[in-house]
Order: sequence, then C-alpha cells, then structure tokens
Amino acid sequence: MKRNFFLLLFSTALLLLVLPAEAAEAIANTDATAWWVWPVALFFTCFLMGIVAVPSGVGGGVLFVPIVGGFFPFHLDFVRGAGLLVALASALSAGPLLLRGGLANLRLALPLALLASASSIAGAMMGLAIPANIVQIALGLTILGIVILMATAKKSEFPDVQKPDSLSAALAMSGVYHDAASGRDVNWQVHRTKTGLLLFTGIGFLAGMFGMGAGWANVPVLNLLMGAPIKVSAGTSSFILTLVDSSAAWVYLNQGAVLAMIALPSVIGMMLGAMIGARLLHVLKASAVRRLVIGLLLFAGLRALLKGLGIWV
Amino acid sequence: MSEHNSSQEQLRYSTILYWGSRSGLTISVIAFLAYVFGLLPAYVPVEQLPNLWHLPVKAYLAATHTPIGWNWLGLAGHGDFASLIGIAWLSSCSLLCLLAIIPIYNARRDRVFATICIVEIAVLLLAASGILTAHH
Repeated sequence: MKRNFFLLLFSTALLLLVLPAEAAEAIANTDATAWWVWPVALFFTCFLMGIVAVPSGVGGGVLFVPIVGGFFPFHLDFVRGAGLLVALASALSAGPLLLRGGLANLRLALPLALLASASSIAGAMMGLAIPANIVQIALGLTILGIVILMATAKKSEFPDVQKPDSLSAALAMSGVYHDAASGRDVNWQVHRTKTGLLLFTGIGFLAGMFGMGAGWANVPVLNLLMGAPIKVSAGTSSFILTLVDSSAAWVYLNQGAVLAMIALPSVIGMMLGAMIGARLLHVLKASAVRRLVIGLLLFAGLRALLKGLGIWV
Repeated sequence: MSEHNSSQEQLRYSTILYWGSRSGLTISVIAFLAYVFGLLPAYVPVEQLPNLWHLPVKAYLAATHTPIGWNWLGLAGHGDFASLIGIAWLSSCSLLCLLAIIPIYNARRDRVFATICIVEIAVLLLAASGILTAHH
C-alpha cells in the first residue's frame, strides 16, 4: 500500500513536469493538427494538479498559474485569466455544500469578501497593465513566500477566542457548526476583525493580479489571526473566493484575456482531478502530498522568478 | 441572531449557487465541445492559435481583431465566444444569490448586512460593466 502510494506521488510529480516537455517535442515535429497538443497536455496537467490539490489542502489555482505560466507556451495574461476561472469554478462547486453544512459562514465571509473583491478588480487591472516580466518576478516571489508560509504555518483546530472584538460583535460574526469528527456542535467567534479586513484587502489585490485563488492566505488569516476554527476558515475561504474571483474574472473577460482553448480544458481537467483527489483523501497521506506540492511550488516559483529576470526563459 | 435565521439565508444562497454554478459549467462544457469538434465555427481558426497564444493580450487582440468589453457577445455564434457565455454566467451567479438574500436581511431589520450585499452587488456590476477596463 505504502509502495503504491509513493509510486503514485512520484508518477504525479513526474507527469506534471514531463507532460509540457512531451507536448513541446510534439510541437517541434509540427503538423497540421498540432494545435490540440497543448490543450490536451493542459487538460492532463490540470487533472493531475486537481488530484494533488485536494489532499494537500491548497486550491488548484495556486498550482495552476506558476506551473502553466512557467512551462506552457501561453502568455501569462491568458494563464492568469484561466487561473482565476479554475479557482472560481472550484470554489463555486464546493460553495453550496459548505454553506449548507455551516462550514462557510455568510456573516464571517461577506464583510471580508466585499473589500477583497473590490481590491481584486484593482489587482486585475494592475496585472494586465504592467509588463509580463515584472508580473513574473512578483509572481515568483509571491509563490516562494507561499512555500515558506505552507512549510512553516501552524494550524489551530479550535482557536481560543476569549472575547470577540467590538466590530465582529456588532456584525455578529459568530456561529456554530457540527463537527462530524468529534460529533459535537462547536461554537465560534472571531477577533482582530479590523486587521483581518485590512489583510483581506491586500489578499484580494494579489488574487486579482496573479489570477490565483487565495486560499493559501485566506485560511491563515481567518484561522490564526481572527481565530475561526480551521474547518470554518477553510470553508469560508473557499466561499469568499466565489466573490473575489468573480470580480477579477470580469476584468480579464472584458479585457479579452480569457481564451476558451486555454480556460476550458483547465477548468474541466482540474475539476475532474479534484473529484479523484477527494476520493483518494482517505487513501493518501495528506502530509506527504503536501510536501510534494510544496516541492512543486518551490520549483515553479523559482522558474517564474528566473523567467521574469530573463535567466531561464 | 438565532441559528434558524442564520441557516435560512445560507440555504437560499446555497440553493441558487448550486443551480447557477452547475448550469454555468454545463453551458461552458457544451459550448466548448461544439467549438472543439467544429459544430460551431471558430472566430480565430484553431490552427492559428499556437502562433497567437504566446502574445500579450493586447497584441493578440490586435492580431485577431477581437473586440473588448461586452462586444464579444456579438460574436457568440462562434465557438470560441460561445464558450465564454458559460464563463460569464459562472462569474454572475453570485449576483443572483446576493439579490435573493437581501429580503431575508431586510425582514430581520439587519440593515448592515443588507447594505453589504447591495454594495457587493455594485462591485460585481462595476467589474462586469467593463467601465473600468473599456478605456484602459
């Protein structure tokens, strides 16, 4: 079992890196039907990303932009447009279930999403206005920051919030959810709301600028800063993305930065992969998959940085 | 805030989000398959895409004479733009969800959250309108 598991991890990592190279070789021997090679390679790459995204606890969007931007021939403008749609489609698919189960909370999400979605418009406009190499450098640095965050950040399953701050109390940003693992109802409340609102404004900007989902930043802010339980943080983060990515997606759509031939294979591949990933949740060792994803992100982040600097084009 | 009231708006939101997202994805996939298999004509021939998708968006638009803003809707008879209808629908379905829960907040006299929903709708409409990007 363990051997099969590591074989799966190894083959996934290998395929993620080899598929684009295989496609490149096919393009080199170009023929009249070569146009479909990259979309097919993109579909399978996204399928594999979807498989590892679920057990590792990161959104597919954060993997998509650096890997596809670094190793596929598409311009970063189109990659970011597709990345936003990948993150949006995933968040929209999960949203209804999370809301019904109380793991996404509207009272917690809406004030944060309002600021984040407004700033994501500014981020998207900025991202499409500045030169691609500057965006690549900023993307590389951001991805390397995410790697450090993923490798070092702790989680608090049930943070102890003694007293809500005045703003969260006024907005009644609190709730209760049924924790299936422990079989009990968990009451929660949050604090440090003003700082949380400020950070979500910045997170929305980055999400719009780089076309990534922002679960990597949302969850630590909700959980470690504001004190929401980890499951509520993850669920609410996913729900917030439905609003943040919708705003930014419109900017990319109106600017012509969404190509169906790039966006749709990505969305379909990622969602099919995520379904497999969800089924493998109980089989795969989440910590090992997470290490694999951190390794992939480290490689993709360095690639983006070096590409932006003109060192590895 | 009672838990019953809390779940009421969440349930309404989730129901609309469920149907909105599923229908958007279905439209996108059907239109995309029609595009790929040639059932709908392509505005930009698919054989030319490998020579174009490495260009920055502005250069791509100039090379293909593709319009920006909502003008793409006029090309919805082409497969590459028909696929965008589903994507536009996916990006819009949160609007309907927000609209649907405002009456619940109003009935509860929760003016703050009703206002947050209205402002969020305004933000989404502003992004969708293309006003910010049309002259960009």
